[in-house]
Amino acid sequence: MGSTVIIKYNAGNVFSVECALRRVGVEAVVTDDVERICRARRVIFPGVGEASSAMAYLREHELDSVITSLRCPVLGICIGMQLLCRHSQEGDTDCLGIFDVPVKRFDNTAAPSLKIPQMGWNTVSIPDGSFLPRECDGRYVYYVHSYYAPICADTAAVTDYIQPYSAALHKDNFYATQFHPEKSGSVGEIVLKKFLEL
Amino acid sequence: MLAKRIIPCLDVADGMTVKGVNFLNLRSAGDPVELGKRYSEEGADELVYLDINASYEHRTTFVELVRRVAQSVSIPFTVGGGIGSVADVDRLLNNGADKVSVNSAAINRPQLIDDLAKHFGSQVCVVAIDARFTGGEWVCYLKGGRVATDRKLQEWAHEAQERGAGEILFTSMDHDGTKNGYACDALASLHDSLQIPVIASGGCGSAAHVAQVFAQGKADAAIAASVFHFGEITIPALKQYLKSQGVAVRL
Repeated sequence: MGSTVIIKYNAGNVFSVECALRRVGVEAVVTDDVERICRARRVIFPGVGEASSAMAYLREHELDSVITSLRCPVLGICIGMQLLCRHSQEGDTDCLGIFDVPVKRFDNTAAPSLKIPQMGWNTVSIPDGSFLPRECDGRYVYYVHSYYAPICADTAAVTDYIQPYSAALHKDNFYATQFHPEKSGSVGEIVLKKFLEL
Repeated sequence: MLAKRIIPCLDVADGMTVKGVNFLNLRSAGDPVELGKRYSEEGADELVYLDINASYEHRTTFVELVRRVAQSVSIPFTVGGGIGSVADVDRLLNNGADKVSVNSAAINRPQLIDDLAKHFGSQVCVVAIDARFTGGEWVCYLKGGRVATDRKLQEWAHEAQERGAGEILFTSMDHDGTKNGYACDALASLHDSLQIPVIASGGCGSAAHVAQVFAQGKADAAIAASVFHFGEITIPALKQYLKSQGVAVRL
């Protein structure tokens, strides 16, 4: 059985994800080595950062085609999720296109008291059939983001901030959360454990 | 609905012990990691660790502490104290900190905020402002409130936002340590004029003060220290009270 791999790239917080996995009993491999990523049993694509520079880094290191060709379960987190979408308004960036949805910037013109970025804990609604466990429905998870994926055919959970948007996406072997499970306390641990069972 | 955040602040000396803690029945009260873990389990939404004697020789122990906190705690945490360069921040983030708080170094060299936002993103950069109401206006102070500057609270908070700060952490030196409540008027005017979240600090003496700082002060988050460290307010009881007052909190 292969290992759980965390993709190492220029978009932050890899150590936090590694620590969170260790807390749920999994020793992950942090690497940007194509061979090891391709042999993995599961891949986590984390991130805190900016879309255009992250995509440029992935292309330069030929990780873009590696990620899209993966057949094992892949979990994108935050910017990792946004990079799995078709396009991001952040830096007008063409992304990996797994999820056929464009990432947009929050617009608070109609609700100026709602600050951008959304920073903090918000609730998540989980529809039937989602890969996220039912027990997480209505619970709080941690967010830091200025851009969001609208509701689409791949939406696997919904959060409301300025308008309802995709808190999680799922298509085939690709899973993704806009929130940070590695920073979402006990609820985040449930989400990570669920992914590790896939 | 986005919850209001409750944030215990831990002042760390020598990278080893938390100052100003007096928990009954808590053997390891002085251990910053154990205390942070305890607050996290009780329902704190974030933690702040401030290195209160950030001298060169203590830097390494503080970085080691940050690493241990990241390994033990499953909620976001901010670190501050003596941060003056991109290299400082890089080291703290690589060791698992989620955000950094800059204060004196940013007033002395505002370009630091631009540099941090560019390298790491605005969400990483909390600009802490210590101010005192003097001669009819809020004046910013350096060195934990010991040295006055010519900067005014509103004007400096706006400049910080324009330069790329992700949040403003405002401490009223007039309220800090009094336990008479937060500086709600100044906080509300910051909230109304800024686009970024405002964290309130200084003056917490009761659960009612926290409810006030959210309702009247319009704060996005509230920091408290001694009321938590001395067990005068517990986080679960505080959150239940806030919920009963109609405040959105994570329970």
